[in-house]
Amino acid sequence: MPVTIIHEARTERLEILDKDGKADEALLPKLSSEEMTGLYKLMARMRRFDEKALALQRQGRMGTWGSIRGQEACQAGLAVNLLKEDWLAPSFREHGVMISRGIPMRQVYAIWRGDERGHHFPEGVNCLPVSIPVASQLLHAAGLGLGLKLRGENRAVAVGFAGDGASSEGDFHEALNFGGVFKSRTLFFIQNNQWAISVPFHKQTAAKTIAQRAHGYGIPGMQVDGNDVLAVYVAAKKALEHVRSGDGPYLLECLTYRMENHTTADDATRYRLADELAYWKERDPIDRMRAFLVSSKLWDDGKERALLEEVSAEVEAEVKAFEAQPPAPTTDIVDFMYKERPWYLEEQRAVLAKESR
Amino acid sequence: MVAKQTAAAEKTEKLTLAQAVNRGLAQEMERDPSVIVMGEDVGADGGVFRVTEGLLEKFGPNRVMDTPLAESAIVGAAVGLAVAGFRPVCEIQFTGFVYPALNQLFAHVARYRNRSRGKYPLPIVVRMPYGGGIHPPEHHSESYEALFAHTPGLKVVIPSTPADAKGLIASAIRDEDPVIFMEPKRIYRAFREEVSVEPYALPIGEAKIVCEGRDVTIVAYGAMIKVAMEAQEMLERQGVSAEVIDLRTINPLDINAVLRSAEKIGRVVVVHEAPRNVGVGAEIAALVQERAMLSLLAPVERVCGFDAVFPFPRLEEHYLPTKERVMEAVQKTLGF
Ligand SMILES: Cc1ncc(C[n+]2csc(CCOP(=O)(O)OP(=O)(O)O)c2C)c(N)n1
Ligand SMILES: [Mg+2]
Repeated sequence: MPVTIIHEARTERLEILDKDGKADEALLPKLSSEEMTGLYKLMARMRRFDEKALALQRQGRMGTWGSIRGQEACQAGLAVNLLKEDWLAPSFREHGVMISRGIPMRQVYAIWRGDERGHHFPEGVNCLPVSIPVASQLLHAAGLGLGLKLRGENRAVAVGFAGDGASSEGDFHEALNFGGVFKSRTLFFIQNNQWAISVPFHKQTAAKTIAQRAHGYGIPGMQVDGNDVLAVYVAAKKALEHVRSGDGPYLLECLTYRMENHTTADDATRYRLADELAYWKERDPIDRMRAFLVSSKLWDDGKERALLEEVSAEVEAEVKAFEAQPPAPTTDIVDFMYKERPWYLEEQRAVLAKESR
Repeated sequence: MVAKQTAAAEKTEKLTLAQAVNRGLAQEMERDPSVIVMGEDVGADGGVFRVTEGLLEKFGPNRVMDTPLAESAIVGAAVGLAVAGFRPVCEIQFTGFVYPALNQLFAHVARYRNRSRGKYPLPIVVRMPYGGGIHPPEHHSESYEALFAHTPGLKVVIPSTPADAKGLIASAIRDEDPVIFMEPKRIYRAFREEVSVEPYALPIGEAKIVCEGRDVTIVAYGAMIKVAMEAQEMLERQGVSAEVIDLRTINPLDINAVLRSAEKIGRVVVVHEAPRNVGVGAEIAALVQERAMLSLLAPVERVCGFDAVFPFPRLEEHYLPTKERVMEAVQKTLGF
């Protein structure tokens, strides 16, 4: 019997801007000046929001915060491609995409300050609450994507988020497999920031990329330079078009870098070298896009100053609003467990009510 | 004419517990197009215990879905489907295979209403055959009701008769919160009972007095009701009158039903096949002593599985509570 080739695989990677912000003209998306600067502004807004949280944490005004510094291009490039009816199934490092989807900053701050009311997102915002057990939310996105398909939606999709560490979990595998079998309307959006707390990506898998695993599930996938907002924009658009068309899920890996500690409870100097940080600092997604915009005569110092003022004012106002919130009633601990409180929670509620502030 | 109509309204069919769950599922799928069934082999095969038999033919592949063989995916995807407006009824083939899904059940299903501050309640039912007595290979005999009842946010329902099974699966599906529906596979086909062909639902959280008595209360559920009733008959012959309570719901427990009986009689024996340690029996004993201390004539007794791995079939009859062990416990409370 002859040996035949039954499967051959190729995995693409897309980059448009080089590290200095010089674009590959042939690959540049056809965006208006406003759209180009819009991507930049969105990233700047995310960064200011994130920096403020880190500052608040140092002052004891914020709980544990997982910074998105360095990952703004991933989240902005995706966010501008989303429709109002799309769903998000976020993990804990998706603040950027969340605030660009109509979730007030004050609510995201509230979640991480330890106030569960932050999770009651406004009506019409299709976003699941933050999921902390890594990769578990990918299954929610697979199920949601199937639900949207069964409902006969032909636009809305579900986006499931996870990191490189999460890609080692069984749920990652189960979600991509399930989504593939049912052709669910799901985009699996992986931000490979190359670290899972202290463990580098090469210790998660012997595979070179996460994107190439798509082949094993019979779905398309690709890698994109996650520090290049234009490349992410193009890749996310393509991936979403695939999912919207009804042809099943898509696996998009954004190769990026976590510039901060894992969270404010972590000290990355224990496990990673300053050289690596310096290398990635030169590839900062915001600096790169700014360089591109400046060289395209779309940006200047005046615009930069005005933008920073604008986003700082917004963030400060949101912090004010968030800190002005009175604490939740103590009875909130039991009041959302079931539609109707069973007898024992009724009894336990009375204990909490006595301790109400 | 009138009499005929009444007779028609009370039309019944003789069903096993497995068939009764099947009828309940079909009834709810008929009633509410958002109800979907998903799991391993639930489609063409009708489930390994045939509980979903005929549903695929009746409701089609979009509502009766054979999933990949992945328990976490079954329950995790159900979360997304519930948010999308469906009422998923998941089948876990055996309770001993639920472990991969525990992350989804404990970390998400049980907590979603709370985490979203009420925005995303999850009307999910997770059905699973549980318990021993069918001589299977390893991992096919487990009883983990205490694990689920210990998890805030889940309800746990266990029927012991066909008529209850049909009405309780209906309520579980209509419930706005997640329900773990555990089916005593040992009595899936042990007996038949007349069950109304009309749709109906029985309330979750209500125990049932199977048999009234004067000398001792036996609290049980699931397959252990049969054992409790065998003991009750033997005791009757010995002149001991036992009251048997079928809990039917493990969370929330119908503690008032147990307390009423304990206050009336003063002796309580709890029977379950799950291990004793930190089990349902312990919770009942604690609640009874806490709330009916002065009515008690004897300590609450527990007749349970052993705190050991469920044995292979050659020894399983020694693991499971027997009527003899129940009678012994009853005698102990009488002799105290
Ligand atoms: C199932 C599970 N195990 C362990 C943890 C603890 N933990 C939180 S974040 C993290 C690393 C995650 O790495 P990655 O998926 O790459 O995401 P990143 O933090 O880099 O965004 C770990 C181990 C968790 N949240 N969930
Ligand atoms: Mg990572």
